[in-house]
This record gives sequence, C-alpha cells and structure tokens, in this order.
Amino acid sequence: MITAERKPLEELIEYVRPYDRILLVGCNECVTVCAAGGRKEVGLLASALKMAFAKEGKTIDIKELTLERQCDPEYIEELVPHIEDVDAVMSMACGCGVQEIAKRFKNIPVFPAVNTKFMGASEQQGIWAERCQGCGDCLLGLTGGICPIARCSKHLMNGPCGGSTNGKCEISPDVDCVWQLIWDRLKALGMEDRYEEIIPAKDWRTAGGGGPRKIIREDLAE
Amino acid sequence: MKTESVLEKVLASGNLAVTSECGPPRGTNAEIIKAKGELLKGKVDAVNVTDNQTAMVRMSSFAANVFLKQAGLNPILQMVTRDRNRLAMQADILGAYAHGINTMLCLSGDHPSFGDHPMAANVHDIDSVQFIQMVKKMRDEGKFQGGADIDNPPKMFIGAAANPFADPFELRVARLAKKVAAGVDFIQTQCIYNLDKFEKWMEGVRARGLHEKCYILAGVTPMKSAGMARYMKNKVPGMDVPDEVVKRMAGVPKEKMADEGIDICVESIQRLKEVEGVAGFHIMAIEWEKKVPEIVERAGLLPRPTVS
Repeated sequence: MITAERKPLEELIEYVRPYDRILLVGCNECVTVCAAGGRKEVGLLASALKMAFAKEGKTIDIKELTLERQCDPEYIEELVPHIEDVDAVMSMACGCGVQEIAKRFKNIPVFPAVNTKFMGASEQQGIWAERCQGCGDCLLGLTGGICPIARCSKHLMNGPCGGSTNGKCEISPDVDCVWQLIWDRLKALGMEDRYEEIIPAKDWRTAGGGGPRKIIREDLAE
Repeated sequence: MKTESVLEKVLASGNLAVTSECGPPRGTNAEIIKAKGELLKGKVDAVNVTDNQTAMVRMSSFAANVFLKQAGLNPILQMVTRDRNRLAMQADILGAYAHGINTMLCLSGDHPSFGDHPMAANVHDIDSVQFIQMVKKMRDEGKFQGGADIDNPPKMFIGAAANPFADPFELRVARLAKKVAAGVDFIQTQCIYNLDKFEKWMEGVRARGLHEKCYILAGVTPMKSAGMARYMKNKVPGMDVPDEVVKRMAGVPKEKMADEGIDICVESIQRLKEVEGVAGFHIMAIEWEKKVPEIVERAGLLPRPTVS
C-alpha cells in the first residue's frame, strides 16, 4: 500500500487559517489501512482543528467526507454537491488524491493533511516499512523476492557493502541489511549460485529518470 | 600491461607493492595536500586520495590528485558512487586521465547519514560492481557506459575495496569474485586487525583462484591510542578489532601508545607477508601520514622498486 503520516497539527492550522468553511476529505483505501487518513482520522482531525480555532475565539465550519478512492476521478465527482459551500478543501489522501481534487476543482484551494511516505507493508500493528520504490523494472526474480533497490541504503544491486554487521545496515541497528536477508533466503532455497550473477547497471528511465511515468493500456483505454 | 600505472608495473614485477592514502583538506589550502605528498614521496608506490570520506565535504579527490601528480607522486583517484551519477563519474575519469592519472579505486562510499550533509541526495546511480564494469568498458572497449565511442579512451588500472570482516562472512569471497568477474585489477582491503580471520578469508580466495586474477593489497592502519582502538572496535561498521589488540594498546602508558600502535602495524605486515596471495600493503595512517615512512622501513619494504 501507499503509506502516509498525518502532518503536524500546527502546519495544518496555518493552511486553513484564512478560511471559514473547510471540506475535509478522507480516503477509504491505503491511508485508511495505515491509519493516516480514513474516516476515523477525518473525524479526529476535524475535532482537533475546531478545538484549536475555538481557543483563538474563531469558529470554523468543517464538513467531513470520506471517499471510496481519491485517486479515481469517478469518486472525486462525489465532492461536487459539497464544493460550492466551502472555501477550501483539505485532503487526507496520499499525494495522488490531493492532485485529483486540485485537477477537478479549478477555483478552490486544496491542501494536503498527510505526508505521503512510501510503498510498504505492515510489519506489525502500528509499524509499516518500505518494500518497493516502483522502479518500473522489477528485480525481485533475481534477488530471492527481496528488494535491494527499496531496502538497501545504497541501492546496491550486487551484494552487501562493507558495513553489514550482524545482519544490520551500517546506518542503524534498527535497519536490516537487505543483502543478509537476500543471502539467507537464496541459501534456504538452494539458489546461492544466483548471487554470482552480476546485475548490470540499471536503466532508471523506468524509475522516473525518463520523466513522469504513465501506463497506457491500449486494450482498456478509450 | 593494461595501463601505464606504476602500481600495475610494481605488482607485475612480482614485488610487494605499497600504497598509502591522503585525506584532502576541508578547505582550499593546497599546501596541506602537497605537504602530505612530500611525506610519502619515494616511500610508497602510489597514494590514494579519498573522495569525501565519511561523507564529509573535502577538496575533490581529482583536484588533490593533480597536486600530487605535479609533485611527482602516483596518485590513485578514489571515487564513490554516492555523490555522482554515471555522467559525472565518467566526465571526471576523462579529466583525470587527461591529467595523467591512470589508477583509480571504485567504491560505493560511506552513507550520507555519517557525514555533515545527511540531508543530501544519495545518488547511487550504479553500485561498485557496475562501476568496475563501466571503467573497464571505457578502457578495453573504448566506449562510454551508454555505448558511444570515446576519443582516446582512459586506460585506468582499476581498483576496488574488499572487507573480509563484514557480514555475512560466507559471502565475502563471493563478493570479491563478483568484483573480479566485473574486471577489477587490484583490491585494497579494509584495515586488518583480526589476522586469523583475514587468513581464513584468503583461504577461500585462494580456493577460487581469485588471488591469481587480481592483486590483493592487505590494508593496515596504525592505532594512535587505546581510545582509537576502542572506537574502531565499537563504532566503525564492518571493523573487526579483537579484544587482545585493544588490551595490548591499553596495557602501555599513554605516552607509549603511539609506538605500540606502530609496532602492531609492523608486526601485522610481517605476518601478512607470509600469506599466499597477498601482493602488497595499503597503509592507511589516518591523519598520521608522517608515520608511513617509518612503518614501510621497519616492515622491510624499502627501498621501493623503480619501474619503467
């Protein structure tokens, strides 16, 4: 999923300070799963903002709404009946959702309520970790199903650097050395020979080096 | 001979080679690098110049290489993949070679989080193995990494690092094998304090015949104090300093510690000379270059051979 974390309340207060009527929009997809911007977080943030402004003697009208998906224009249309009545929109979706709202509504400001972080997985309750950088040319078939692009601090594609210690990365004892994980897995699978193959220099065009990326499926596109 | 590198010539002659290193200044004072060069002149075959080591900004390795070259030394251009993409790296290789620099060391580099610019973008366009492939392609095929022809290709003698002490140990010989397959000519190892472990690694290296496919220079660093020994043991990732080394440093009075560190270094070189497959030594006297001549002399590595 795409993970996100809510921005500090102080930053959000400053975004909405000039306005009296706000539409606060959650998303029922990734940000709900990672507890950053779903229906529950929309409610909590609306209360926090109202209380913060109440302390300053200001009343702010916040309308709460959570869409099925904010990265899809079809669902963004559901905002149309509400948009006339507000001065600004605050989105609790990832950056994709914020931009879809901005694209649809030309005359109303939209602000992000979360920092979009990475594509990751849940390691345990309340902990998410990066797993994929969307490089567009997946190497997992060569590396035992564990990604060195997303999970090695130096993107090393051909083995561990000289800083790998007791299975941990040199940058922190809290970070696994991904090459230790890859090696352990290749061994467990009896695929140690795979390590000896040199992975050639990567073509980063598919990772964004070629400019903003787009998928066009001729069979689906109208 | 693949190149005009003096280091290659010394190694090919069968002599034990000696290299050392200089850290460039944290500023623009060229006299600092020149003075370090003077200390090492005639005492070693070639001198590495570090590239923003520990991810701290310093004068570029390229510029400091030129000062050493002008002073009559044989500098080794260290380059890390952390700070530059492949365009910038190849551009510097062309420039360095045009200045007569024909030996280089291909590294990935310390992570930015260790240095004074932890907020910097962490480039790593290519890794150290791919870096070796790139420099070899420039030299042997006369082509840029992207495939276009190079006018007067740079003939670099290609070095890389190996750390026998990092984990997983069982992968460390295979990691070297990958660098050999990529085309590395010489290796400088991480500082060796755990000689038993190094010898075990070399057994694995010999079992695969890797010592016959590249020259392995054993890395040594003299300790200045017991504090430095403890720091390297506990704080430097991938460094293996056995307890007995720390105890030995701590067991002498403070004013004798530096001498003890030099003794340990010389004794290590003496023992490493006996290890089959060790082709020379890389003496990294960190901000202590003035001690290199003494170490080289006491280790019986003087005079340095003349090659043409």
